[in-house]
Amino acid sequence: MTRVDDFDAALHAHTASAHYCAGGTTLIDLMRQDVERPERVVAINRLPLTAIDDAPDGGLVIGALATNSDVANDPRVRAEYRVLSEAILSGATTQIRNMATTGGNLLQRTRCIYFRDSHSACNKRDPGSGCPAITSYNRNLAVLGTSEHCIATNPSDQNVALMALGATIDVRSVSASRTILIDQFYHLPGDTPQRETSLEPGELIVAVTLPSMPGWRSHYLKLRDRQSYEFALASAAVAVRLNGATIADVRIALGGVGTIPWRAPEAEAALRGKAVSREAFRAAAEIALRDARPQSENGFKIELAKRCLTQALIEVTA
Amino acid sequence: MGVGERLATSLTVNGTFHQVDVDSRTSLLDFLRETLGLTGTKKGCDHGQCGACTIHINGQRTLSCLTFVAMHDGDAITTIEGLAKGDELHPVQAAFLEHDGYQCGYCTPGQLMSAAAMLSEPWGPDDADVAEAMSGNICRCGAYQRIVAAIQSVRQSEATS
Repeated sequence: MTRVDDFDAALHAHTASAHYCAGGTTLIDLMRQDVERPERVVAINRLPLTAIDDAPDGGLVIGALATNSDVANDPRVRAEYRVLSEAILSGATTQIRNMATTGGNLLQRTRCIYFRDSHSACNKRDPGSGCPAITSYNRNLAVLGTSEHCIATNPSDQNVALMALGATIDVRSVSASRTILIDQFYHLPGDTPQRETSLEPGELIVAVTLPSMPGWRSHYLKLRDRQSYEFALASAAVAVRLNGATIADVRIALGGVGTIPWRAPEAEAALRGKAVSREAFRAAAEIALRDARPQSENGFKIELAKRCLTQALIEVTA
Repeated sequence: MGVGERLATSLTVNGTFHQVDVDSRTSLLDFLRETLGLTGTKKGCDHGQCGACTIHINGQRTLSCLTFVAMHDGDAITTIEGLAKGDELHPVQAAFLEHDGYQCGYCTPGQLMSAAAMLSEPWGPDDADVAEAMSGNICRCGAYQRIVAAIQSVRQSEATS
C-alpha cells in the first residue's frame, strides 16, 4: 500500500497494476472475494477532496472524496438537487454511506453474481471466458444496453441521479486535466464489457460538478425486493422545469434496468412542450423502454420500469 | 498477494493512543480483534453486509471490515468497549437491557454502535425512520421490534430532557 496526501504523490504512485482506494467499500470487498487483485493499493483517502463548494457560475462542485452521507445531507443538495439526496439515501446503509465516496460510487461495480464469484466465467472479470448470466440467473440484470457478452446492471443510485442532473466529472492525470460529461462517462458493454468507463489508466477523479438549475425540481423513485438496503429492480431519476402546467424541460434517467445509468433522451423530447398528464408520462415511459430486451427471468422489469418512471413524473410534477 | 509490507500507523482507540507497525493488508476489524484484543467488535460476514463490525471513526459509524487499518493514521476510533463511561452505561445500552433488545447477542455490539450514532444523525421521529436508520445491522434472531423500542425510548427521553 502506498499512502498519499497530495495530488502529485497520488498521480505518480499509480501504475497499470495499482488501484486507487478511497472509501474501500467496493474495492476491499472485491479484493476479499478474489475478484480484484491489485498489486498495489494507493490509499487516497487523505487527499484534500472532501469539500462541497458553490461553483462560481452557480451549481455545486462536489469533491471526489465527499462521502455519500455528506452529499445526501448537504442543505444545498437537499434543496436544489433533491433527486441526488433521495437517490443516495435510498442506497446502502448509513455505515456504508459514511465511508463510500462520490468518486468511488461513480466507479461502483456490478452486483451480478457471476462477476462477484471468481470461480465463474465472466466476460467483465475475465474477458472471453463467457457469460453464464445470459443462460442462468439473470432476474436482477439489465434489459437495456446489453450485448451478447454482458448483461450486468450498473448498481448505483447516485449515478442515475447525476445522469438526470447532467453532472460533469473532473479528472486529473500526471500530464493533463479534463472534464467529462456524465453522458459520455459510461461505456456500453458491447464486446469489451471489462471497459466500463472512459477513465484512462492513471486518471484520478477529483470532483463532480452539478450545473446551476434554477426553476427545476427533481425526484428519485426506487423499486426493489426489500424496503431498505437493497439494489433497485427499477428506479427513475427525473428533473423537470414547468411553465404553468406545461413541461418546459425535463431530464430522465433510469436505474436497475441498464448496463449503464440509463438516460432516456427520446422520452424527454416527447415530453417537452406537453401538458402535465398521466397519459403523457406513460407514453414517454413506453418510449424510454421501447428498445428493452428481456432475458429469461427479468422481463418483468420492463413494465416495472415504465410504471416507475410514470409514477416518478407524476410525483415530481404534483 | 506476496509478503505484506508493514506501515507505521498511529491511532487512538477508546481514548488510548497506539503507535504500531501493521501489515498493510490488515482490516481495521482484524486489527481491533487480533492485535488489540478488543473482541467486542464482531466479525459476521466480513463483506459489509451484516453490520456486526460497526464502530465509530471520528464520531461517524462505519464498518471496520471494509477498511484497512493503515488508512486510519491519526484517526480516533470508538468500539463497543469504549461506549460506556466506566460503569455508567451509554443510554442505548441501558435501553437495550430495559427492552430486551437482543437474543443471542452476537449482533448487539454493532446494533449499539449504530444506535448510539443515529441519535445525532438527521432522522425523522417515527419507528419507520429508526428501522431505515438501522437497516445496516442484521439480527438473525429477529429482535427488531425490541431494538426499535429501545432506541425510541432513548430518543424520546432525550427529546423531553
